[in-house]
Amino acid sequence: MPVTLRLPTVLAGAAGGNTVHQARGATVGDVVADVASRYPELGTRLRGPNGEPYPYVIFYLDDEDIRFRQGFATPVRDGAEIVVVPAIAGG
Amino acid sequence: MSSSPAAARRAPPSEGSPAPALASLACRSCGARFDPGPVAVCEACLGPLEPAYGPERALPSRDEIAPRPHSIWRYREWLPILGQPVVSLDTGFTPLLDSPALAQALGVRRVLVKNDAVSHPTASFKDRVVAVALNAAAGLGIDTVGCASTGNLANALAAQAARAGLPAWIFVPEDLEVAKVVGTSVYGPRLVRVRGTYDDVNRLCAQLADRFGWGLVNLNLRAYYGEGSKTMAFEIAEQLGWRLPDAVVAPMAGGSLLTKLDKGFHEFLDAGLVQGRPPRMYGAQAEGCSPIVDLVHRGGDAIRPVVPRTIARSIAIGNPADGASAAAAIRRTGGSAAAVSDDDLVAGIRLLAETTGVFTETAGGATVAGALSLARAGRIRASDEVVLCITGNGLKTIEAVQPALREAPVVSAKVREVAALVDA
Repeated sequence: MPVTLRLPTVLAGAAGGNTVHQARGATVGDVVADVASRYPELGTRLRGPNGEPYPYVIFYLDDEDIRFRQGFATPVRDGAEIVVVPAIAGG
Repeated sequence: MSSSPAAARRAPPSEGSPAPALASLACRSCGARFDPGPVAVCEACLGPLEPAYGPERALPSRDEIAPRPHSIWRYREWLPILGQPVVSLDTGFTPLLDSPALAQALGVRRVLVKNDAVSHPTASFKDRVVAVALNAAAGLGIDTVGCASTGNLANALAAQAARAGLPAWIFVPEDLEVAKVVGTSVYGPRLVRVRGTYDDVNRLCAQLADRFGWGLVNLNLRAYYGEGSKTMAFEIAEQLGWRLPDAVVAPMAGGSLLTKLDKGFHEFLDAGLVQGRPPRMYGAQAEGCSPIVDLVHRGGDAIRPVVPRTIARSIAIGNPADGASAAAAIRRTGGSAAAVSDDDLVAGIRLLAETTGVFTETAGGATVAGALSLARAGRIRASDEVVLCITGNGLKTIEAVQPALREAPVVSAKVREVAALVDA
């Protein structure tokens, strides 16, 4: 079963106009790489120059901030949901 | 470039009050420019957007500001609402109180308390940012507003949206203090309590902004909203007789207030309204949620988020959006930051009340306790004139301080029973 990646609207333009994508991978980083391979422009807004999470977005795996786990190395289960949220919000 | 999430549109708030024009937006990171809109992040790089003020705009002199009404709008040239605001006209210009007793406690030359515990209409500095955001909403024709809040923002938005006739969806953590829940519900918004921390609420609201097209004041209207905090700096400068203090201490939650205070002081310097050095900026957090203090002391520019564990719920943001900006302002101005225990912040509440006659909430207690810690460590200097930004009212968080207070004795209506107390 693939993993669902949900993007904020501001990134839809870089992802074929869609905010919801199905992807595959054993880790959050793998899933991001899978989607980025289809939408290279999107990849530059999800990953930094060294492959790390892009600083202006936050990744949540099944509602948990991946920074509390293993970042992009966090394992994902089949059917998981990854939500990407702009980092500039709240407060 | 155009803004992405389309928000619902509505007519201007009342006939005869045309919707105000808004400043265009620019990315703080890459400089890309955007038309006014309900969008807070750059489409090009996802950096934060800020209003782009025209450098050619006419700025008022001290004498031109002086006769204006005592509200945040006396500084309207530095706010992103172009022309006349149409709602929330009477917020701002809270007292700046001299506190010799608190200065003595801190061991510094002078302490002034910027008292937003009596802010109008809901007794916190969030009245300022909401006033700006609702005028932005009017300018954009947005018909429903909302926010993610730790309490004070919920109060401010509920009250001001009610007055403006706007439906409001307000999201708060489930375990918020009773006074903040009641102080929101009474105005009749759609209040929703979310299981989890503020950071969970914030994530949810970031998704809701996309889904429903609401104007969420601290999310997609954030570029306008945040500018309201600068008015606290403007007022401090004017109330000091058009000059700047040596040091300013503020509580830090998302980090926006401290960042905008610093920006406000610099804008008045740039305008020639004040002279000298910008104040050193100092930030205070509770030990149980201190990711910005951690960044200040650790160095670097990446926040390490935490799960908040503190009674200071109004500043319990474990993933502060402007944390890196606040840390940068603190370092750039030569200031510092302190994290204080929950016991110490309760002691700070009592110290402010007993020395200054101001009852503040837990965030204010953190500010006072943080200032005390920073002064004892020599980070704030004995020769300093210090302004403490007291951002909220203690009546909203009485459960935090009540256990620390002496229980009042109960007597019969007899003189001898009172005499026994006097002699005790």
